Amino acid sequence: MSTSVLFDVPGPRARARNAVYTVAALAAIAALLYFVYAKFDEKGQWEGRIWEPFLRPETWTTHILPGLLGTLKAAGLAAVLALVFGAVFGLARLSDHAWIRIPAGVVVEVFRAIPLLLLIFFIFYLAPSVMGGGDYAFMAVVAGLTLYNGSVLAEVVRAGVLSVPRGQSEAAYAIGLRKNQVMRMVLLPQAVTAMMPAIVSQLVVLLKDTALGYIIAYVDLLNTGFKILPAVFFGSLIPAAIVVGVIYVGLNMALSALATWLEKRSRRSRKTSAAPVAPPGAVGVPGGGVSAVD
Amino acid sequence: MNDLIKYGPALAEGFLENVKLSVMCGVLSLILGTVLVSMRVSPTPVLRAAGTLYVNIVRNTPLTLVLAFSALGLSDTLGLTLSQTPSTNSFWLVVLGLSIYTASFVCEALRSGINTVPLGQAEAARAIGLTFLQSLRLIILPQAFRTVIAPLGSVIIAMIKNTTVAVAGGYLAESAFVMKDTFDDTGASIPIFLGLAVAFMAFTLPIGFLTGWLGRRLAVAR
Repeated sequence: MSTSVLFDVPGPRARARNAVYTVAALAAIAALLYFVYAKFDEKGQWEGRIWEPFLRPETWTTHILPGLLGTLKAAGLAAVLALVFGAVFGLARLSDHAWIRIPAGVVVEVFRAIPLLLLIFFIFYLAPSVMGGGDYAFMAVVAGLTLYNGSVLAEVVRAGVLSVPRGQSEAAYAIGLRKNQVMRMVLLPQAVTAMMPAIVSQLVVLLKDTALGYIIAYVDLLNTGFKILPAVFFGSLIPAAIVVGVIYVGLNMALSALATWLEKRSRRSRKTSAAPVAPPGAVGVPGGGVSAVD
Repeated sequence: MNDLIKYGPALAEGFLENVKLSVMCGVLSLILGTVLVSMRVSPTPVLRAAGTLYVNIVRNTPLTLVLAFSALGLSDTLGLTLSQTPSTNSFWLVVLGLSIYTASFVCEALRSGINTVPLGQAEAARAIGLTFLQSLRLIILPQAFRTVIAPLGSVIIAMIKNTTVAVAGGYLAESAFVMKDTFDDTGASIPIFLGLAVAFMAFTLPIGFLTGWLGRRLAVAR
């Protein structure tokens, strides 16, 4: 941790200066909070009328919870499919055969590079012309999330397998195991431990990105909580944003905490000889955990 | 292919908006991210706590919510107006929302860079009498930036791709919206989608290569 080395144990002058900084910072934050409060007050955002709906159970059962269910359904299905996609393409990129390795590499790189929303729009408009009329919002969200996050997870899987020291596979070949036995019995079990934190932090990205479904009118938490709810209870837009935001932040922080815990555990683990891997482009964060870029 | 030729100019115009958004957000989020990371390593607990709170909240909020809130909450409900022209107003609201969002990732990348600066550097800076801000500006941040050029490149690339979400912030001129609008007329068109995908790759891949190369070239030899 370098946070504590940037400044020395303060002497009397530094202590006085820090006290001034602290007071100034407190004043600035208080001014900011007061500004927000005053703006809210000016626009009547503290009226009990617009906050009251969130105290009634019907609001939760008819709007927020069904939306949350939609978000979790899309995220859950996409997570499972993305893991399968990632495992298949990640291992395909490690194949000894160029005719498997190269196409798999192209697929992974292309889907990682396309903006997710473009992909979702494309699937959303393509599906009816291929499969006839119907509501494809759910399918478009899940398919888009699967292809994008699956490609990122493919990189994680590849990095995980490559992070197992070479001696492991050499030893496995030396005792006469076949290629798929080496992968299945020696490399993968160690790689899974190493890539677990990266997978979970990528799932945070996936969960957050389900909110893109809002744009194509998929019934998710953002849609029911931020579009439908303020339309039903007129004026409740800001309270709705706060409630929906708290739910998203809570869910994601819980998942991030899981990732941090898994990383600490896998650093201690003696079941693997590989160090934890990070998702592509991500950075290790001081104090444990990896932060996937989105 | 005919679709791509017919709607090409409109799509190109839309893509130009993505480029404009990217440049504005790139500059703003790098500045804001640097301010945030300075707060997070500062000797003042209040600033540290404020920085940590900001990053943890913003990083875990979906971008769609951030942008939709900028448009519907900040602008429509609370009356924040950044320009009298509605389309320019939404442009700057999207820039604001996307910069606020991206800054939290810039901050995390820089913080991991600060973590790689050896202890001796900060101790030496203190020993020659530099104050906190001086040692941050002259010793710590220059080295931290150089180690995280490649991760910052990934953050910028993610931000460029995120400019497509501008439609959630009510800015209806960039390429994702133009593509959706075109699909409403023509139905899904594979050439249009591929054309736009190639345009984005032509924008992001060079940034990836450039930052990777710069990162290796400017790496601090230790």
